[in-house]
Amino acid sequence: MKRTQQMPPKFFHRFFRWYCHPKLMAHIEGDLLEVYGERLSKLGKRKANLYFIIDVLLLFRPGIIRPREKFRSVNQYDMYRSYFRIGWRNLLRNKGYAVINIGGLALGMSVAIMIALWIYDEVNFNKYHKNYDRIARVLFHASNKGRVWTESWTPIPLGPELRKTYGDDFEHVVTSTYLQDHVISFEEKKFSHEGLFMDTGGPEMLTLKMVSGTRAGLMDMNSILLSESSAIALFGAEDPLNKFVKIDNVMDVKVTGVYEDLPISSEFNNVDFIAPWELYLSHNKDWIKRFVTSWDDGMVQVLVQLPEHGQMTDVSEKIKTVIHSHEVEENKIYNKQAFLFPMSKWHLFEEFRNGQNVGGQIRFVWLFGIIGLFVLLLACINFMNLSTARSERRAKEVGIRKSIGSLRGQLINQFFSESILIAMLAFVLSIAGVHLVLPWFNEISNKEMSLPFISHVFWISCISFTLLTGIIAGSYPALYLSSFQPAKVLKGTFRAGRLAHTPRQVLVVLQFTVSIILIIGTVIVYQQIQHSKNRSVGYDRSHLVYVNTTTPDIYNHFEVIRNKLIASGAIVDMANSSSPATEDYNANFGGFEWKGKDPEQRESFGVSWVAPEYGETVGWQILKGRDFSRDIKNDESGMIINESAAKYMELENPVGEIVTLEGQSFTIIGVVKDIVVGSPYKPTRKAIYMVLRWAGSVVTFRLNPLRDTKEALAEIQSAVYEYSPALPFDYAFADEQYARKFIDEVRIGILATVFAGLAILISCLGLFGLASFVAEQRTKEIGIRKVVGASIFSLWKLLAKDFLILITVACIIAIPISYYFMNQWLQRYDYHTDISGWVFAATVTGSLAITLVTVSYQAINAALINPVKSLRSE
Amino acid sequence: MKKYQLGEFEEIVILTIAILYKEAYGVAIKREIESRLARNVSMGAMHTALVRLEDKGYIKSSQGEATDERMGRPRRYYQITALGKKAMEYSRDTRNDLWQAIPKISLDLKIG
Repeated sequence: MKRTQQMPPKFFHRFFRWYCHPKLMAHIEGDLLEVYGERLSKLGKRKANLYFIIDVLLLFRPGIIRPREKFRSVNQYDMYRSYFRIGWRNLLRNKGYAVINIGGLALGMSVAIMIALWIYDEVNFNKYHKNYDRIARVLFHASNKGRVWTESWTPIPLGPELRKTYGDDFEHVVTSTYLQDHVISFEEKKFSHEGLFMDTGGPEMLTLKMVSGTRAGLMDMNSILLSESSAIALFGAEDPLNKFVKIDNVMDVKVTGVYEDLPISSEFNNVDFIAPWELYLSHNKDWIKRFVTSWDDGMVQVLVQLPEHGQMTDVSEKIKTVIHSHEVEENKIYNKQAFLFPMSKWHLFEEFRNGQNVGGQIRFVWLFGIIGLFVLLLACINFMNLSTARSERRAKEVGIRKSIGSLRGQLINQFFSESILIAMLAFVLSIAGVHLVLPWFNEISNKEMSLPFISHVFWISCISFTLLTGIIAGSYPALYLSSFQPAKVLKGTFRAGRLAHTPRQVLVVLQFTVSIILIIGTVIVYQQIQHSKNRSVGYDRSHLVYVNTTTPDIYNHFEVIRNKLIASGAIVDMANSSSPATEDYNANFGGFEWKGKDPEQRESFGVSWVAPEYGETVGWQILKGRDFSRDIKNDESGMIINESAAKYMELENPVGEIVTLEGQSFTIIGVVKDIVVGSPYKPTRKAIYMVLRWAGSVVTFRLNPLRDTKEALAEIQSAVYEYSPALPFDYAFADEQYARKFIDEVRIGILATVFAGLAILISCLGLFGLASFVAEQRTKEIGIRKVVGASIFSLWKLLAKDFLILITVACIIAIPISYYFMNQWLQRYDYHTDISGWVFAATVTGSLAITLVTVSYQAINAALINPVKSLRSE
Repeated sequence: MKKYQLGEFEEIVILTIAILYKEAYGVAIKREIESRLARNVSMGAMHTALVRLEDKGYIKSSQGEATDERMGRPRRYYQITALGKKAMEYSRDTRNDLWQAIPKISLDLKIG
């Protein structure tokens, strides 16, 4: 602007701007500048400046000068400030109560915040993928003889068919394997990685964030995308792009992209690499060609993404018969009904029963949500109890405030503001606490949660949550304390009567009921875990180690390696098999025929192909017949079944019976005791064992228990390496793998223990506060009783009795409730423990003991005071 | 009883606002007074008077346009309210009454 040189003296201009009332500033300044400009042209710069200064100085007068403080609209700001001040003084004067109040509330709020974070994380599972709400997996319900089940392994031709016939309904149709273990090697380095073989659209659909390369990297058949962490493991600081790596030492592929590791809160968290589905097909063409056109075998998962505005339910309805209509005639009786299972439900609603979605993980969201609310409620109850218990002390203040003219509404406000003050202090403490404890909480809950300090939604919800807590906690004291009548209170005749105690007692009972229910629940969860851990698994899992093998090297040199290791004393025995002892890779194998089978019956067995040494190695127990043997040539057409299978086949004398599979006949040579594979909570599956005629995917070793495990493993490694240099020696202990099946339950057990512990701690804090209050209130009475000759024991009894009655009532209420809920919980497990009476007995005794300890401290203290002292003080 | 308080300078200002009618903003009022009454008006005095008149409810103001010579600061236009009009009339009437109450002789004497 050209006028910039013609500005008035800066200092005075600024001075004016400083003192002028903001409402008047703009136009007076305008006037000044207009006049200044006029004078500038008429009188010259110096005079104009001088007059400007005079004008500014003359404007410096009341009416133009801004008020000393900014505007204050008429409100009760001062009043609230005084409320907070009085509240603060009250806290300082009763430090003990303040600590109990704030500490208890802070504990409660920390639990609530952590649970809220946990729930938030659960609900937002898979949202990392941008098209989260449009992605689905194709599943189908199948039925046979009134039984309906749901399967996620779909036939290979499904993907191409969906693309061909229903192309307009999908943006992407991606055929993919489920997670598979493969060895990825680069020069000398090799790692065992889990990954997927996917159609080219997969990375685009999952909206992978590429660190380098593009999502279109799977276009070429011999390519691979690596996750960032596996790229670093293989290449270190080198640029991985365009380098050649080998999958399982047989597929040569070029790295065409590196994607950011997927977060734990993604279904695809463990996907370390993605390679083209085409590649998988071409490398496995020998055995897979049979399935490429077969609509009857579940081999893959099919993921789809709908176009924008696509409706899941509509498309679901459209593709309903896609599998059924293509199946061979004899399989049509399954009446397979395909449907889309949206990504938003994968995590929380993963269970299907009888063709209906029955929830799943969502149960825990509810469970923890309720626990969090209850723990917070317990803390609020503490606050209510302590404030009303101390009401007598505040009664005089209420009386005076009322006589000076406070309205009841104002007093209610006052007490609310006090409780909000306490809630805010507790909130600050709890945020600090959560911040400290979060790493540990993340570890036990297997999550990556953090406090979203920069999100304003977080702060808004935290503040409203604090206010809400303050209002809930303050509601009862506010309404109760403000109802005192000033005349009575000030005359000194005020005594909170019997009625005043009743609500407090109800609250204590409520607190302990909740705590006891939580404790009983925790104990039963642990019993159930223990029960299943101690279940007889049918084999000996100690000293059992297995290695996944993807090459036939060990199989080819089996005799040499075995003899060498047995001779050196590293192992007792070893065997190849198609699945490890703890798992069941071929869980749904059908097509067996046997004598007396109902022709309509379509049932599936878990089938394992095992080397003849397998039984010796895992230590299974033959009940009837005999084990496989390498010396008997005929065993290749023999089979061993387990007890459940024998029972299911309804064969009176199973050994010697003939079972046919695809025209080949097998003779049952033995029956073994059931082996627990899969879930340890479910009844054992019907299993069939046949002799392995290829490399299998697992080698199991039974270590020599007399040898040092580390040494033995080193020996095995060097022996294996000699014959199979491409195989990374990633071993797993069977007992550890077995323990991992309990990981969810153990996790929930730990969380439940923590929450139950906190609940009882909070309740005890409150009880401690109440007991100390009662003891203090009855100081004089105790003094007189002592003078008259009461013993310390009788005084202790006097003080403790009231509380014990309350806790007993709480126990009586808690037992049936917890029995009902825990019984329902246990019914979910097919293999479960029974609730025994001693759990309740122990919990009741325990809580009574804790109560006694808490109360006794105060009671004995009060009983020991010298009556001279307590009676003298007036 | 002082029903309508209106100081001497305030009266001049409010009269000038009436004269200027739609064009009454700070600098215009100042110029008008200066040219009609041939006296210097300080910015301070005038704005104080305007603030007071507005506080009393005799005038009201509205934001106007910003012009170049004001470097983008808006003008504030003043307008007389009904109350302001009454106050002006009251002031004029009382003066007239007083004038009329003066006996002729008194003024003559002075002159003489």
